[in-house]
Formats: sequence, C-alpha cells, structure tokens
Amino acid sequence: MAGRGELIAVIGDEDTVTGFLLGGIGELNKNRHPNFLVVEKDTTINEIEDTFRQFLHRDDIGIILINQYIAEMVRHALDAHQHSIPAVLEIPSKEHPYDAAKDSILRRARGMFTAEDLR
Amino acid sequence: MSGKDRIEIFPSRMAQTIMKARLKGAQTGRNLLKKKSDALTLRFRQILKKIIETKMLMGKVMREAAFSLAEAKFTAGDFSTTVIQNVNKAQVKIRAKKDNVAGVTLPVFEHYHEGTDSYELTGLARGGEQLAKLKRNYAKAVELLVELASLQTSFVTLDEAIKITNRRVNAIEHVIIPRIERTLAYIITELDEREREEFYRLKKIQEKKKILKEKSEKDLEHRRAAGELLEPANLLAEEKDEDLLFE
Repeated sequence: MAGRGELIAVIGDEDTVTGFLLGGIGELNKNRHPNFLVVEKDTTINEIEDTFRQFLHRDDIGIILINQYIAEMVRHALDAHQHSIPAVLEIPSKEHPYDAAKDSILRRARGMFTAEDLR
Repeated sequence: MSGKDRIEIFPSRMAQTIMKARLKGAQTGRNLLKKKSDALTLRFRQILKKIIETKMLMGKVMREAAFSLAEAKFTAGDFSTTVIQNVNKAQVKIRAKKDNVAGVTLPVFEHYHEGTDSYELTGLARGGEQLAKLKRNYAKAVELLVELASLQTSFVTLDEAIKITNRRVNAIEHVIIPRIERTLAYIITELDEREREEFYRLKKIQEKKKILKEKSEKDLEHRRAAGELLEPANLLAEEKDEDLLFE
C-alpha cells in the first residue's frame, strides 16, 4: 500500500540542516511552515521540544532526523514517542561523533547485544 | 492470585469430552503462538544486527558529507542562509509500504525523487564543483538514512509484537491450561465418586433384599410347622374334579 509521499524533517545545527536541504528534503507546507529547524546556541530547549512535537503531529512527516547532542537535550520527549511512525533517527554532528550508547532505540535492545555492539 | 479456580460446570461425561477438546485446543494454540514468537524473534535479531551495521556505516557517511560541506564552505563562502531561504518544494520524499513477517505488518520506507533540483543555481558564482559533490554526498546520506529509518520502524514494531505474543503464550501456559486441567480432574473425581455411590447403593439394596428374603422364609417355616398353612391348590397334581354338570 503506497501512501502519498511523506517528508523527511531535520532538527539540527546550521551545517547539518544546510547539508540536508542541499540534499533536497526541505519543503514549506501550505501554512509556510518548514519541515526543518536550525538549532543555534540560543535556541531554548522548549522551542526544540515544541517543534519536535509539532513534527510528530503532522501527518505528512515520515522521518525525523535529529542531531545526537540535541536529542540528548530532549531525551524525555524522544523516549515518550513509542509509535513506529514517524521514525526518529539520531545522526552525528560535526562536533559530536556518533555514540551508540546514547541512541534511544539501541538502548531498548541493550539486554540482547552487549559486547557485539561495538564490534 | 485466584489461580486455584476451575471452570464451573456440571460434571458429566459430555462435560468431560468438552473439556478434553478444549484442552487440546489450548495446547495447539499455545504451540502455534510459540512458533510465531520464535519466527518474530529470529527476524528481530536479524534486523538488530543490520541496524548496528548500518548505523556505523551512517556515522562514516555523515562524516564524509560534513567534510565536503566544510570544503564547499571554504570555496563558495557561506551559502547557508541562501539555502535556508530558498526552500519551497522537496525533491526527495518517502513512501510508506507494508511488509509482512509471520503475520505482523511492518512499515517500510521507500524514497523517491520528484521535481527538479531547486538548488541548481547555487554555487554558480564559485565552488560549483564542491557544491555538486556536496549535494551528491548528502543525497547518498539521505538514501542510507531512509533505509535506516525502515529498519528502525520494523525494529520497534517487532518489539511490540513479540512482547504481545509472549504475553499470550505465557497466559495460555500458566493460566488457561492449568485451569482446564483442574476442571478435568474435578469432573473425573466427581464421576468416579458417583459411580462408587451407585455401586454402594446397589450393594446395600441387595443386602436388604437378602435379609428380607431370609426373614420371610423363616416365617414360612414357622407357619408350616404350626400347621396353620393350607397349601394352595396345586393345579398340576392329578385330582378328580367333580363334574359340575347341569343338574
């Protein structure tokens, strides 16, 4: 059952968002709302959380990409999201390389794979 | 926990047959569910392994992409604001398809291109080649990420499905089947006891009859000895009957 196309949303620092926009995922919907958020040094955690929740409620977003260090800040909102769609993916940023231990999805499987994780 | 209950049912042979059939059904159901749970768990582990691999790969791809971004910035200057302002339509979108594993529908993402590149003119001034490389790198990263997202959603859905199935298996194994077995045992004991009661009753009646018979025979003997008893006429003994003719 192929549904109508869904978007990929991004919440990240300027570089990440620029890169992905150049990859071609950015869109403004009818109300001129973008499907991305540039997180700067002065962006409050509430703003990030609000945008995240808005993305979750929008039914035209299928995937949400979020930098891992930002995900850390709103970890509680991420963990509360139990549905499978939209899928929330944690990506590394330039300053913070990927850390498998903090990924909320992999943490659920913590009990099954222990040392095999980092092989 | 009131796990010591049995099903309230009148103990009879038919009830026993019914309970036996139910027990068989419950056992078959439990075995089927266990098989389903095993199949799901197998798929789950496969997906988990793939996720870990893909995540490591993704870390590498993202690093490369970030590199090319730095390169492009160095050559073409700061184009971030231009890029962010010029957003209107997305060229890469995703579709959600359904995949089926052992009866569980898993969502799978598929990406597709639509429309033209709205950033064709960016970098026309300088850094065009770096920008093109950058776009290619990030497009590759997006493809990989879409695949990763599919794996992740399957992961989460399977996790839920496995938990539910295991819960059902345990419920059947530890609650339903023992309850039916207790009911069966109860019915069997009741039926046995009823048989024993019948048997006992029969025996008692036989004894009573015997006593009664002995008593009446003794009585007969006494009366015969005392000569009070007239033997009733024996039809089979040869005796002259007076002809009662028309006189």
